[in-house]
Amino acid sequence: MRSAGSRILSAAFLLVAVLSVIVPFFALVSAALQPADTLAPTLTWPTDPQWSNFATAWSMAGFGSLLASSAIIALVVVPVSVVCATLAGYAMGTMRMPAKGFLFAFFLAGLTLPYEAIVIPLYFAMRSTGLIDTYWAVILPLAGAFMPFGIFWMRTHFESVPTELIEAAQLDGAGRFRTLVQILVPGAKPAIITYALLTFMWAWNQFLLALILIRDPSRRTAPSGLGTFVQQYGENIPLLAAGTIIVIAPIVILYFIFQRKFVAGLVQGALK
Amino acid sequence: MTEPLTRTRGESGRVTGSSRRTRRGWSSLLYLVPAFVFYGTFTIAPWVQSVWLSFWEWDGIGAATWAGFENYIKVATDERLVVALRNGLGFIVFYTVFPVILGLLVAAVIAARPRRGSGFVRTVLFLPQILPLVAVGVVWRYLYAADGPINQVLRAVGLGDVARAWLGDFTWAYPAVGVIGTWVTTGLCMMLLLAGIQKIDPSLYEAARLDRCGPVRQFWHVTVPGVRAEIVVAVTVTLISALASFDIVYVTTGGGPGYQTIVPGVLIYKLVFTSNEVGLACALATVLSAIILVFVAVIGRIGRRGA
Repeated sequence: MRSAGSRILSAAFLLVAVLSVIVPFFALVSAALQPADTLAPTLTWPTDPQWSNFATAWSMAGFGSLLASSAIIALVVVPVSVVCATLAGYAMGTMRMPAKGFLFAFFLAGLTLPYEAIVIPLYFAMRSTGLIDTYWAVILPLAGAFMPFGIFWMRTHFESVPTELIEAAQLDGAGRFRTLVQILVPGAKPAIITYALLTFMWAWNQFLLALILIRDPSRRTAPSGLGTFVQQYGENIPLLAAGTIIVIAPIVILYFIFQRKFVAGLVQGALK
Repeated sequence: MTEPLTRTRGESGRVTGSSRRTRRGWSSLLYLVPAFVFYGTFTIAPWVQSVWLSFWEWDGIGAATWAGFENYIKVATDERLVVALRNGLGFIVFYTVFPVILGLLVAAVIAARPRRGSGFVRTVLFLPQILPLVAVGVVWRYLYAADGPINQVLRAVGLGDVARAWLGDFTWAYPAVGVIGTWVTTGLCMMLLLAGIQKIDPSLYEAARLDRCGPVRQFWHVTVPGVRAEIVVAVTVTLISALASFDIVYVTTGGGPGYQTIVPGVLIYKLVFTSNEVGLACALATVLSAIILVFVAVIGRIGRRGA
């Protein structure tokens, strides 16, 4: 009796938790499908869903070029981060090196640095070098900012590789670089894919750097374009909701495909 | 890259084992060079420069004048900056305390017994964690609007008097923005703590049951101590995002009404781009990163002492 009660109670608790996440999404989708002149969309499924809101939001905010900017930035940042972090993580995880402890602490310190503390000098530096308003203004700082987590993540992976495997490869005459490329990278694929997905997500979602380092609204990334869109069309809720769905769609789709890797990456990355 | 190769060369001229290792030691640094270049140039150097700029009075265009610690005195006395830091610290309640408690409860309920759909529960609760915070802000702006869904529900259940434009309300804007933070970070805390609970030795629960401990006492005496390390991690991660919060506040309230919801991130943006007080903004940024560093160090120490 008591156990049935607690079973119902705990199921109800989980239901409330799930609803608290789903209801805002439902509200967002239903708002996006209301007629574009609806001032206060109600929390009901529209009788006549206006799918055209997506097309309107797409063309009014120029989401095509905003999404393209985000994609270009993410697609450059991800491989750069993966290559650099793999090389550094390999060295930190498997080799002796001078001042290793200090170097590791130096990189790890970056995990606590807020973007607010680096973005102002970056703004002035990018302005004086003429990189402001270019994709590089965001790509380069992001590549730097992702390095602490990447090195940490890849080092943990390479530390778990049995030393015998590395020694055997080197006995067979492989140099250290060849050992990495031919023997270790294939085995590191799961770790690399997880790291690539996380950096893609962080690059895609990045707002502060994109807002400050790309001042030209037409060249901005999707999230910072959405920030501008809010200020221009804040009152037009259906269009705003449609724009929001356009911006989150790529990352939500990736999440549902690679759900385990996202969760494992964020959870293990934090716990290790 | 000069190495004492000659000193350790063997008779045959071949490099001996120990010298190979020395050589390898230095050359291993080569693998760090690409990472170092990006990280050093675009993270560490700007940070150092920000600290340097914090000692100057500069409008971002003209000549800078040396200000000594003047900017830091302002950080401690200027109303706007004090409020921003206080609000940032206060967000720890919403970004850290509530999510850890809620996350622990959900994780404990999920772990208590296998049930259909718990994978679905985890997937859904984690979802806010992967969204761009700007989008989260836009969604909640709509939810909190004067005629938005939250007020519609309140009116429908007869609580129309409570309804208000939440984000424009001097009293309610701050907790309203805080709740968004709770919504975002609870899922990550839940996942971290669930990973911790699943590592607890089941025999501890059996022993507790033999001692006639009910579910509540099992939770307090077995679960909570068992996930201590994970709580430390969850607190560290969420605390950094509380203090460094920017996106949600920028999109929902811009720091207003008045300075009710201003946080260091948004104030830094305003100081640079609205009132041209670059030095002061850098001082605030420096204080912010110092606070984060101290918090992380203290939490890490507490965590180690407990282990």
